[in-house]
Amino acid sequence: MWAYVVRRLAYSLVTVLGVLFLLFVLFFLVTNPDDIARKAVGEKAPPQALEQWKKNHGYDKPRFWNREQPTDSMLVDHFRRMLTFEFGNSDADDTPIWRRLRSGAGPSLSLSLPLFTLGLLLTISLGLLVAFFRETYIDRMGVILCVLAMSVSTVLYIIGGQYLIARVLRWFPISGFDPSPAVIGRFLAVPVLVGLLSNVGDSVRFYRAVFVEESSRDYVRTARAKGCGEARILSHHVLRSSLVPILTQVVVAIPQLVMGSILLESFFGIPGLGSITFDAINANDFATLRTMVYLGSLLFILGQILTDVSYTLVDPRVRLE
Amino acid sequence: MEPYLLSNAVVVALLAGLGAALVSAGRSRVWRDAGRELVRRRPIALAILLAYVAIGLLDSLAWVSGSSGGAMPGGDTVSLHKPRSAIDRLFPDDSYREKSYSAPLAEREFLGGAPLRHPGRHLLGTDILGRDVLYQTLKGARVALLVGGFTTLIVIPLALLFGVVAGYFGGRVDDVIFFLISTLASMPGLLLLIALIMVLGRGPVQVCVALGVTGWVGFARVVRGETLKLRELDYVHAARALGASDARIVLRHIVPNLMHLVVITFVLTFSGLVLSEAVLSWLGIGIDGSWGRMIDQARDELSRDPIIWWNLVSASFALFGLILAVNLLGDAVRDILDPRTLRERA
Repeated sequence: MWAYVVRRLAYSLVTVLGVLFLLFVLFFLVTNPDDIARKAVGEKAPPQALEQWKKNHGYDKPRFWNREQPTDSMLVDHFRRMLTFEFGNSDADDTPIWRRLRSGAGPSLSLSLPLFTLGLLLTISLGLLVAFFRETYIDRMGVILCVLAMSVSTVLYIIGGQYLIARVLRWFPISGFDPSPAVIGRFLAVPVLVGLLSNVGDSVRFYRAVFVEESSRDYVRTARAKGCGEARILSHHVLRSSLVPILTQVVVAIPQLVMGSILLESFFGIPGLGSITFDAINANDFATLRTMVYLGSLLFILGQILTDVSYTLVDPRVRLE
Repeated sequence: MEPYLLSNAVVVALLAGLGAALVSAGRSRVWRDAGRELVRRRPIALAILLAYVAIGLLDSLAWVSGSSGGAMPGGDTVSLHKPRSAIDRLFPDDSYREKSYSAPLAEREFLGGAPLRHPGRHLLGTDILGRDVLYQTLKGARVALLVGGFTTLIVIPLALLFGVVAGYFGGRVDDVIFFLISTLASMPGLLLLIALIMVLGRGPVQVCVALGVTGWVGFARVVRGETLKLRELDYVHAARALGASDARIVLRHIVPNLMHLVVITFVLTFSGLVLSEAVLSWLGIGIDGSWGRMIDQARDELSRDPIIWWNLVSASFALFGLILAVNLLGDAVRDILDPRTLRERA
């Protein structure tokens, strides 16, 4: 298995290089450094200021190849800095990007961890419940509700949830954030509830499909024939054999776990990585945005390796070679 | 040529293409039966979708009125020479504009309570600048169809090309394409989308292109897998033994057998694309005139007193109706055309 992990890591490195190259194409070839500089310094800035800014941010180098100094081009610089996690300063206000990442990671995690765990518990139990009543009216109602819930845009859940819970019912503050443990829950309650609601339809339908599919297998019939109760079949047999698709589904959420939810954080004023991304969009902060996409991809690739390895834990038939 | 004539021509060409596709599909019994089954299973969703399409079409064909000159009473002359679509013509000109908000079917002005200038003219009220909400909502249909339809027109050829080539030829070609696919797939969707729009610039075409670039990967994977399977089937071997060229095999024997996946993907990705546009609008990088933009503009108005809800509610309902209809159709289309392959992607 270790040989597999090493090989997998090597292939992932190639993928990371691919991601970096795509980012280079996007941020250094498609965009003109002059435009970035002009947006940062302002339309009416004197040419010297423009040049100085480009110099400070490394946008003045040749794109691919520097005749005098082969290691000093934007391409080399981009790869070297990203691979050594030296992200430099923001394009918009020159704060070090690392400082932003450090300040944003905590708030993001404090929102995404409860959202993730509660979401997983809620959707899997609802999926099991609907699958338990499969081919009855409860099942049909469940599926219809899921399709209805899926058809509502996330942004409407956010507006509606905040309006109902925070404005009309006044249970929790409308927005804001305070990291002290005594009050943090009050600020996170509405975003967590809204986040849960906004993907319940999608996930429950997915898990229901997985469980119903699994329930038609032979071993389920055998268990039933031996007198095993339907609830026990679902919780002991079907759920366990469904762990592989569940894991696959979970990995997709890993980057979001750390990178935060852009929509939720920016709307509810939580100063996490999602908010930082949102601010980067509005401030034309290409350096920060670049870093975010890179880190997100990195986390996703790591997550994929983890899933592949964890398959061996949940399914003894899977052997990694 | 005038820009509006060009856009009319594009619409007509699209319609003609759609008509031709439907006619040629109607010749084959499989597709005809599938179509009948769809109408039988989801008549209401189909009708709703057709209504949206009709509104979008009415709004897409614009023309200039024949009358030349002559100022409107109290209005400007320019508006006479602007090409206006059928939807535009249904609504009164700017000369009937309110000053600001008017609640649905209100008699008095929202702020201050002075009598409305044109009471009863705005069925769904007006927004802060006095623009008719019903008019904006109807105009949104065209944008949504554009986002969903135009983008899938980018997604499907890209995915078919790369997927079929990778699956059919295998070897080095497959390695390269698969590397491209897995690289793109490992970049988080929303972040990549944002980066693309930031880089390409803001605007309707850019948004569609960005959605297309991020959207084709998943489908290309499915196409690649299916092509790998089809390549080994007996009739493909037979065609090769008879001396058919690669191009002929791909076009005659492989691509037609992928068509059911194309139709399913078209319907299933459509709603996702429209919803993504709403998210992008929320982030400030969406398309002007979309429902997402209306929702974005209306979101702070809920906190006004008295509350302003009609903007938000009409845009939301229009969006919800379209997505629901398409989602219901998508499920039915998938069940009819392909009960198994795409299950896991649900």
